[in-house]
Amino acid sequence: MNAPANPSKLIKGATGDWEIVVGMEIHAQVSSRSKLFSGASTDFGGDPNSHVSLVDAAMPGMLPVINEECIKQAVRTGIGLKAQINHRSTFDRKNYFYPDLPQGYQISQYKSPIVGEGQVIVDVTPTEQITVGIERLHLEQDAGKSLHDQSPTDSFVDLNRSGVALMEIVSKPDIRSAEEARAYVTKLRTILRYLGTCDGNMEQGSLRADVNVSVRRPGEGLGTRCEIKNVNSIRFIGQAVEVEARRQIGILEDGGSIDQETRLFDPARGETRSMRSKEEAHDYRYFPDPDLLPLEFDEAFVEDLARDLPELPDEKKARFMRDYGIASYDAGVLVAERASADFYEAVAKGRDAKMAANWVINELFGRLNKEGHDIVSSPVSADQLGAIVDLISEGVISGKIAKDLFEIVWTEGGDPRELVETRGMKQVTDTGAIEAAVDAIIAANPDKVAQAQAKPTMLGWFVGQVMKQTGGKANPQSVNDLLKRKLGI
Amino acid sequence: MTDVTRLTLAEARDALAAKKLSAVELTKAHLGAMEKARGLNAYVTETPEQALAMAAASDARIASGAAGPLEGLPIGVKDLYATKGVHTQACSHILDGFKPDYESTVTANLWRDGAVMLGKLNMDEFAMGSSNETSYYGPVASPWLPAGRDGAWAREALKGDKKGLLVPGGSSGGSASAVAAHLCLGATASDTGGSIRQPAAFTGTVGIKPTYGRCSRWGMVAFASSLDQAGPIARTVRDCAIMLRSMAGHDAKDATCIDAPVPDYEASIGRSIKGKKIGIPKEYRIDGMPAEIEKLWADGVAFLKAAGAEIVDISLPHTRTALPAYYIVAPAEASSNLARYDGVRYGLRVPGKDIQSMYENTRRAGFGSEVRRRIMIGAYVLSAGYYDAYYVRAQKIRTLIRQDFEKAYAQGVDAILTPATPSAAFGIGEKGSTDPVEMYLNDVFTVTVNMAGLPGIAVPAGLSADGLPLGLQLIGRPFDEETLFSVASVIEESAGRVALPQPWW
Repeated sequence: MNAPANPSKLIKGATGDWEIVVGMEIHAQVSSRSKLFSGASTDFGGDPNSHVSLVDAAMPGMLPVINEECIKQAVRTGIGLKAQINHRSTFDRKNYFYPDLPQGYQISQYKSPIVGEGQVIVDVTPTEQITVGIERLHLEQDAGKSLHDQSPTDSFVDLNRSGVALMEIVSKPDIRSAEEARAYVTKLRTILRYLGTCDGNMEQGSLRADVNVSVRRPGEGLGTRCEIKNVNSIRFIGQAVEVEARRQIGILEDGGSIDQETRLFDPARGETRSMRSKEEAHDYRYFPDPDLLPLEFDEAFVEDLARDLPELPDEKKARFMRDYGIASYDAGVLVAERASADFYEAVAKGRDAKMAANWVINELFGRLNKEGHDIVSSPVSADQLGAIVDLISEGVISGKIAKDLFEIVWTEGGDPRELVETRGMKQVTDTGAIEAAVDAIIAANPDKVAQAQAKPTMLGWFVGQVMKQTGGKANPQSVNDLLKRKLGI
Repeated sequence: MTDVTRLTLAEARDALAAKKLSAVELTKAHLGAMEKARGLNAYVTETPEQALAMAAASDARIASGAAGPLEGLPIGVKDLYATKGVHTQACSHILDGFKPDYESTVTANLWRDGAVMLGKLNMDEFAMGSSNETSYYGPVASPWLPAGRDGAWAREALKGDKKGLLVPGGSSGGSASAVAAHLCLGATASDTGGSIRQPAAFTGTVGIKPTYGRCSRWGMVAFASSLDQAGPIARTVRDCAIMLRSMAGHDAKDATCIDAPVPDYEASIGRSIKGKKIGIPKEYRIDGMPAEIEKLWADGVAFLKAAGAEIVDISLPHTRTALPAYYIVAPAEASSNLARYDGVRYGLRVPGKDIQSMYENTRRAGFGSEVRRRIMIGAYVLSAGYYDAYYVRAQKIRTLIRQDFEKAYAQGVDAILTPATPSAAFGIGEKGSTDPVEMYLNDVFTVTVNMAGLPGIAVPAGLSADGLPLGLQLIGRPFDEETLFSVASVIEESAGRVALPQPWW
């Protein structure tokens, strides 16, 4: 824990530098048709209490039975986090009273989680990569939801989420800035989506973070931490880390000390507020759930799941760099979403892969971002973009014309090859026509000819004139060659 | 036939099969007996309409040759089994008005095999008690009369607070009393620390707690999940064997329920026990054990020896620690299992100014004092700082107790013989009012069996000096209920069937 602090990450306080230390508990809803211990549906958005079994409502005499699909999803995630898979784990009860917790306890894995230590490689910037350690991953039940806005005097409870499987993924305190925190969650979400074990949808609450923040002087031991509960967007996670660290630094620099407590982040005010102190902390009275036997499986079970896993982002990135010869950062951008990577591969296959990467990242992603589309709803398909790249490679159109073509395909659709024909966008490679234009311009500008012969960089001016005359359709290479020959430079 | 309620379950079954009797007649006779016996307070709810409809359906099936193994046989159901549309409260106020729209697996199995439900039986609240005095519906009286009392006195006592009448034991006191008073042919019961065996012993009936996992717990109101197990109380060993065969079996809805075939237990009745090794554990010879219990035990040994069994002395060294460990494990699980009774979704709700006070008001009003005591003990032993000293140690003791039995069985012991209880039935209001431990000591011979998850049967073996029934307990290997039935039927036969009391109520 006392690795030397990275000077660029430190926060300047009034009395010197501070280092932020962050660890996170991510609650990721397991993608499964039914709940962790009951057959009720996990669909989002049903009428209140429409997806509730007798078990979820904790009726007398009801018993939990493990949903094997949730176990598989947890193991798949563990493999994706390069983590130790525990062949034996146990379920414990976490006891507390709350109306949205019908059993009066949450079934969780306290002592022996299904997944142990692992790691996540995180690209923070195009040039900086960090490794965040995973402490553990365990399975637990989600609670229901209290509804306080239905009646002036009563609260209601919706148990649709009660019993839905969550994976709690606990990181080590390896994160040193708000930027790293954001990048970590982004990467984790990418991995989960690749695996298909969590949809990563933060708006619907499928992914929530408890963020543990502390600060310390560089080189010192860990400071007292505060836990910021239930932050539900990546942007807010970054903001919460930032404001909480500054709050703590303010207190410490004023000679105060940090109280270990649970806090809430208020995005509207941009501050964290105390929720409960350590003294008010619950005594959860954990003990092994006697309704459930220890969960045991063998290595063959793990191997079967591992065999069927899709290629994960880190491996895909390495393959893209190796097979397509593209840069690390570009590869990282392309693999951030499985759909983007698939799109890129469809464009790159059998084509100039670097050119394909440029077009996907710069033209397509840029435009998608600007217009609020994602890759799945892209108006330009991989086939269409591939055709544009083909037309450039074949010398049919220039790069500049290609951008115009992209614009037409984006707004109007159509087959790029046909569009080039019907709209007369083809590059002029007929040397006769180009030569005529070159001759005309040389003849009309004897002064410029002299200048160019004295200073060959003037050639650009002539190229521009020729392109203007040919409506941009002249092959730039042919223009260049002809001009050089005619001007004798 | 004069009084068909005097038949055993097996006799009634045979009479129905021989068409000497109809299920409706048999059921009506029981409903009539129940009506006359309301003073005993064995039933908390009678379901005559349902019973007669089920009986009529049974008669039709018998007529069409489609009878199940329990076709037309009227039984009582302990109030902790969920019965669809019928009072299911584990005799607690907190489940006020609760009628589930589901049926427990065990009762569903019984109805599948043709049994007829007469009603729900009284019990200690949430099965916490050894005398049926903690029920929200009041104590149950045993049909057995205390020494020196006659029916006239007892009838008066029934009208009052029942003080001086005998307890039927608990927690399955309603089941035991109803079976002993001929208010059903048999009854479902449940056993967490002795709740089948102790009341059976107190009432001169037979009760078996099968191996943990033999019966599904789905739909049984939970007390202590790792110890709770369903089982029958009936008037003979054979009747218990018949009932258990229907009650037992795999259920995917209970993760602790075993997937193994259910033997025809009745076939083991009367099977020779020649050469069977019966262990006598020296640690069960406790200080201050009454001479009549000593004698009962010796008689049991003599019966088995005479039947050709080999008697061996064994040691179960951790027996002494079982009771204290049990009173940590069971309350710990109970404190968590009973958290769902919070006034939010079903049962009693006592309003409060906020959610916290609603919880407090509801649980204070809804739980009786014994239940509250055990919830507090349970919460305490699980709390931070005490967990290791209490809960973890109790679990270690549990392992040692199990190992004690494993060693004995590894030496070739087939079953272990002990007294079922340290005394005969005591009077209502007599025990535990100042010191709850006095009541807990009733379970001293039975809790070890639950802690080890083993099968145990209580069978009447003689009478006390006061003329009250006394029972012996046989403890078996895991899932070897058959040996218990064989050995218990030898004791039953040798001791002679207990003459159950004639109605005075």
